[in-house]
Amino acid sequence: MSGAALGIREELIRRIRAHGVETYPYECCGALLGRDGDGAREVADLLPLANRRDDSPRNRFEVTPDDVRLAEKTAREKRLELIGWYHSHPDAPPRPSEYDREHAWPWYSYIIVSVRGGEPEETTSWRLRDDRSAYDPEEIETTAHPASI
Amino acid sequence: MAVKVMIPTPLRAYAGKQESVELQAATVGEALSALTGRFEELKKHLFADDGRLRSFVNVYVNDEDIRYLQKDQTRLREGDTISIVPSIAGGAQSHPTRERAY
Repeated sequence: MSGAALGIREELIRRIRAHGVETYPYECCGALLGRDGDGAREVADLLPLANRRDDSPRNRFEVTPDDVRLAEKTAREKRLELIGWYHSHPDAPPRPSEYDREHAWPWYSYIIVSVRGGEPEETTSWRLRDDRSAYDPEEIETTAHPASI
Repeated sequence: MAVKVMIPTPLRAYAGKQESVELQAATVGEALSALTGRFEELKKHLFADDGRLRSFVNVYVNDEDIRYLQKDQTRLREGDTISIVPSIAGGAQSHPTRERAY
């Protein structure tokens, strides 16, 4: 759908991976705050959130509507947009599952980090197609310093 | 009743890139029906194949979740604001202990 890359500072990728390690063997989750310009999208900050899925946190995560509204408010206060979400897949590949697809929204970027045996592995990003049929991979472009759009 | 429907960012591309849409409706159900009538592409993102709201689509009338009101039969008053708020869910394909077994 997008074809565009997702820009993110290395420090923020490290924080996402550390969050996945911290909550292992449970899934972590959080919001991506940033900017979406003409063909360019950049993560500028993160909002780590609690996984509200108490019954199956090893392979499920949930962000409640109240937390979504908190993320939107936080983004507005920072003059940013809520552009997506991150979560971990403990002991599983960083690919969206069918469950991910059924529950996904278009437009958002979805970063997934695989954490195996408590160690972070591959980190990927995905966007849902307009017709909801599948995810397309979104290239992650890491930068050492803040970029501007 | 003239009401305003707030469109969440991920769905604005399917609603003429608008943050909100003004329309006439007497109930929440009528409002969502009018909305998806005007913007057909929104339908698949709001409703499942059985015609019911997707479980991760939350609808509020002036900050009250319609699940705690009369759901889609919730009556609207002039000037009400309806907000469509996502909840976000997902997770790995299978239980990790099963996956490790393969």
